[in-house]
Amino acid sequence: MSLAPIQNQMEEKDMKYILMLTGTKAEFDWYAKWSPQDYEAQAAFMHAFHEELKNSGALVAAEGLAFPDEARVVRAGVDGSPIVTKGIVRGVKDGAPFVTDGVFPESKEFLAGYTIIDVESAEQAYKIAARLSAAPGPGGIPGNMPVEVRQVMRGALEELP
Amino acid sequence: VTEQPLDISIERLLRESRPQALAAVVRRFHDFAAAEDAVQEASLAAAIQWPHEGTPANPRAWLTQVAFRRMTDHIRSESARRRRESEVALEAAHTTGSSTIETTPLEDDTLVLLFMCCHPALTPASAIALTLRAVGGLTTAEIARAFLVPEATMAQRISRAKQCIKNSGIPFQPPAAEGQSQRLRAVLHVLYLIFNEGYTSSAGPDLRRDDLSHEAMRLTRIVYRLQPNDTEVAGLLALMLLTDARRLARTGAGGELVPLALQDRALWDRRQIEEGVALISATLPKGSVGPYQLQAAIAAVHDEAARAEDTDWPQILALYELLGRMSDNPMVRLNHAIAVAMVHGAAKGLELLDALKTDARLADHHRLDAVRAHLLELAGDRQGAVRHYRAAAAKTGSLPERNYLLSQAARLSIEL
Repeated sequence: MSLAPIQNQMEEKDMKYILMLTGTKAEFDWYAKWSPQDYEAQAAFMHAFHEELKNSGALVAAEGLAFPDEARVVRAGVDGSPIVTKGIVRGVKDGAPFVTDGVFPESKEFLAGYTIIDVESAEQAYKIAARLSAAPGPGGIPGNMPVEVRQVMRGALEELP
Repeated sequence: VTEQPLDISIERLLRESRPQALAAVVRRFHDFAAAEDAVQEASLAAAIQWPHEGTPANPRAWLTQVAFRRMTDHIRSESARRRRESEVALEAAHTTGSSTIETTPLEDDTLVLLFMCCHPALTPASAIALTLRAVGGLTTAEIARAFLVPEATMAQRISRAKQCIKNSGIPFQPPAAEGQSQRLRAVLHVLYLIFNEGYTSSAGPDLRRDDLSHEAMRLTRIVYRLQPNDTEVAGLLALMLLTDARRLARTGAGGELVPLALQDRALWDRRQIEEGVALISATLPKGSVGPYQLQAAIAAVHDEAARAEDTDWPQILALYELLGRMSDNPMVRLNHAIAVAMVHGAAKGLELLDALKTDARLADHHRLDAVRAHLLELAGDRQGAVRHYRAAAAKTGSLPERNYLLSQAARLSIEL
């Protein structure tokens, strides 16, 4: 077996990252008790933040999600029809994944919103994520909430060995 | 906004005429950003009118004239707000009679435009977008689709690039002789990046990413025609031809990646390989050898092997050694290790990989694991190979590549 020539290029590739804000049910409940001023301050921050991302040519998509209270889990039944449940317990047993209905565990992190950006390096993505993390919480104090950063998969860039 | 598919011949005519029309407008009005918008508008007008009214005898003059008119309108409306600043420009507009439009072919202008769009002051992403729009004549929507970003985002990227050119006061003229070769390198780099972007297996049916490669090749051909004596221009064109020739064989029916060794070589584009081989063979003896020429030569050696096992690895190894002396690129060192393994055995290649682990640019890169996995497999260490194929799969950002790496690991696990 032989190996391919590989383009000797390894940087300056546009990369897409998804920045995810997540929270447990308890955190969503806490968020639901903020003051109107706090919501306004946060909304204004989010608007300005995404506006700036758009103007800098980095924004791909951004959406906020409905509260997880109404979250449903859907699986296909044997005939392909949807089986809709609220809450689920899952794991791997005897080498195969299994699912059972139940309630969402307390520790489950729900997606609250996401922003997809197109940047030239992971470092740039981290900088932008840090700014999102500093979105104001109650009292206008930066929340410094955790932002999960994951690379969005792209097509292959080079010929493979 | 829906785009009607344009007659191929009109689209081609537009693409060829656009850069020269743009150059004429920039020369006249000295405002690249506004000129680019005006020519874009003129192109849209052409796309609407030409199919009904017939193609004008001199498409470039037609585009230029319409763009001139747009510029004059633009300046008039601007002048309502900023009278003082626009006086100079208005003067320029007034001296423009329709009869004074230059009609001599100014192909060199395309190169000047490329120098401008690939200016080192721009980020690569900006230079790529601007080059595709201003020189390539692609619409913002097309560029956005090719890069999988919203049109608004791409529009911002292009407008920021234009603003950057405006702010830095880059004049519309060829760079001074002493800096010219360096600036030409920057142009080649951007064309290379555009080619590479297109040289990916696409995730959807209508991403039309192949178009990017073809556009890069078309523009590189133009640069080659204008600078036939620059050996690196020829080298880049040959590299593109020789790499793109394998395009159809690179992916299987399900979109999966097919490594070079397993590709159906009957699918390779013979004509393109012949052209690339002839070009690089004629260029190398000229003396001034650079990285693009060496990469083209390596691609040529691969393309000339009738079967994978016929590959002249000692030749490839020699070329990588030359390339390694020219650049400190860790990818080159990685490829060099592969060539060493193919010539002197996997153990020798693995030794070189150990040395590469200390390179911070590579230490966490999936390709180091992928190559190690491959060499371990060659050396007969299947367990080690599986481990590193999986490690590489966890690190790569490319979906087809991850599938490929996982299937390599799976194949070896079954055989274990």
